[in-house]
Amino acid sequence: MKIKKILKAAIKSILKSRMRSLLTALGIIIGVAAVVVMVAIGDGAQQQVEQQIAALGTNMIIIFPGSSSSGGINRGAGSINRFTMDDVQKIKDGASLIQYVSPVIRSSAQIIGGAGNWSTQVLGVATNYLNIRDWPLSSGSFFTDRDVLSRAKVAVLGQTIVNNLFPNQDPVGQQIRIRNVPFRVIGVLAPKGQSAMGSDNDDVILAPSTTVLDRLVGGRYINYIQASAVSVDQINQAQAQLTTIMRQAHHIKAGDDNDFTVRNQADITAAATATSAVLTILLGSVAGVSLIVGGIGIMNIMLVSVTERTREIGIRLSIGARTSDILVQFLIEALVLSLAGGLIGILLSFGITYILNAYTSQAAYIKPEIVLLAFSFAGIIGVFFGFYPARKAANLNPIDALRYE
Amino acid sequence: MVRTIIKTVDLTKTYKVGDVEVHALNAVNISIEEGDFVAIMGASGSGKSTLMNILGCLDSPTSGGYYLDGVDTNKLSKNEYSAIRNQKIGFVFQGFNLLHRTTALENVELPLMYDRSNRIKDPTRKSIESLERVGLRDRMYHEPNQMSGGQQQRVAIARALVNEPALILADEPTGNLDSKTSVEVFELFQELNNEGITVVLVTHERDFAYFAQRIIELKDGAIIRDYRIEASLNAKEELEKLKNTELSKV
Repeated sequence: MKIKKILKAAIKSILKSRMRSLLTALGIIIGVAAVVVMVAIGDGAQQQVEQQIAALGTNMIIIFPGSSSSGGINRGAGSINRFTMDDVQKIKDGASLIQYVSPVIRSSAQIIGGAGNWSTQVLGVATNYLNIRDWPLSSGSFFTDRDVLSRAKVAVLGQTIVNNLFPNQDPVGQQIRIRNVPFRVIGVLAPKGQSAMGSDNDDVILAPSTTVLDRLVGGRYINYIQASAVSVDQINQAQAQLTTIMRQAHHIKAGDDNDFTVRNQADITAAATATSAVLTILLGSVAGVSLIVGGIGIMNIMLVSVTERTREIGIRLSIGARTSDILVQFLIEALVLSLAGGLIGILLSFGITYILNAYTSQAAYIKPEIVLLAFSFAGIIGVFFGFYPARKAANLNPIDALRYE
Repeated sequence: MVRTIIKTVDLTKTYKVGDVEVHALNAVNISIEEGDFVAIMGASGSGKSTLMNILGCLDSPTSGGYYLDGVDTNKLSKNEYSAIRNQKIGFVFQGFNLLHRTTALENVELPLMYDRSNRIKDPTRKSIESLERVGLRDRMYHEPNQMSGGQQQRVAIARALVNEPALILADEPTGNLDSKTSVEVFELFQELNNEGITVVLVTHERDFAYFAQRIIELKDGAIIRDYRIEASLNAKEELEKLKNTELSKV
């Protein structure tokens, strides 16, 4: 018996009793839709959390200079051994797991320009600072390596500065004065909003590190080093690598304490991701139970169907159907029923997630592998729960099956 | 030499009802040659249906041998049994046993679907021919519940014929039909027999048994009489007579 004919026969037999087939498939439809939607909600929540953390720069690593204490008074970070550009260069040369590294020289300054004046923070950074922070420009351009080499007096403004000094106009190309030193505005940063600590990320001016060191601060020390690991997964290795390099650079003997601190945001990310992953598993397993209940529904209907169709089985056996023919026929019927249910369930879940995303604040995100998983699970349930009734039918003695009333 | 289609050797079937053993068949020896038309008769409980089921490979004997067209059925596997049912035997039941909500054509095509030998190249054409043979070509898209009993039994006969079997077995094929329709069905069997197909059928009405060429009578699971009929009735002629009496009534 050819598979195409069996398939045709199975579909025909399913269509013969539409209502019963629909009710059977309904269990699978609801089960699959529930699994996909629940997991989608879990994944959506996880993605939201991840996005919020990614906004901080998940693979960002910050190295602070160490603190010293003398006579019981701790003098705070940078009191013992401050960083220089040499440290940055050594990290750049030696740390293979670090993608970008930038010095940060922080200076508070009064800015004059445009509509008035404003007190803010000027950060002297390298050209790749925006890559580390994952921070795009909204207009203009960032400074280049040439600007850094020539200590160019160029500045990139945060959105808050623009709002206060240049309301309703494009500041690019304008002049501002930082501590009375004239700077040319070459770019504007995209708004980033509040930082994790609650301060205003946009209340900042970025300038080449050399310019800030030589023209504003004076001296050779930098406040801290900001870097980014090549990937979030390798952040711990990157951190270890940085530590080794810095210990060598600072000639720290084995056993002695570091004179610096390395921090990253991976820990926060991991915790948050784990929480939402638990949520996903929880939602998914509750929905999985309903899928299994749907499968039992299929088994129930298949059992009833086998009993109801015992005569049909007898007829088929009496005209030469093999046990395997009957087995395959009923298995295919169960499979078609559950896969059709699975397909409808998946379409339903697409609809539900679309509505969730469009009309509620709850983000839902359907991963393709979940769709595949739910669909194949529906198929497995069909085969698993279809097998017992199918075998029962196929093993009947033809004459017993024919006599059945 | 004439081919022996059916040969049974001490065929015995025993049912166990509780602790009591019931001998449905007791050492039955039958030999039927190709082209014969045999009617098996007997009261209910005489074992004729049990015999038919064993001859049709729907059931197996408790002991004894059954050789179908020279093949010892005791040595067959389950799948070979299925193949024999499919290719060598056409079985016609009292209750028609057609699939519901399935057209006549699909019902007739069913045995070909299970035929792994692929002897018949165009199953649909062959099925239509088979339906034509029983005079129901114009009904091939009708479902059983849209047909009369006689028509349903004709569809069942067409189904039995479609695989070109060596043997047609019919277990009280006219048991559910009125006498005129019954005679029509016997007419069909006689036609098939004239074409060389071996027909073995069970009936409990002596009148119908005379349409056959040989009668085997069973009682309590054993053969009590086995004889040839000198002057078989011709179903066609009987039908003419029936029509004439109806006409004379009007």
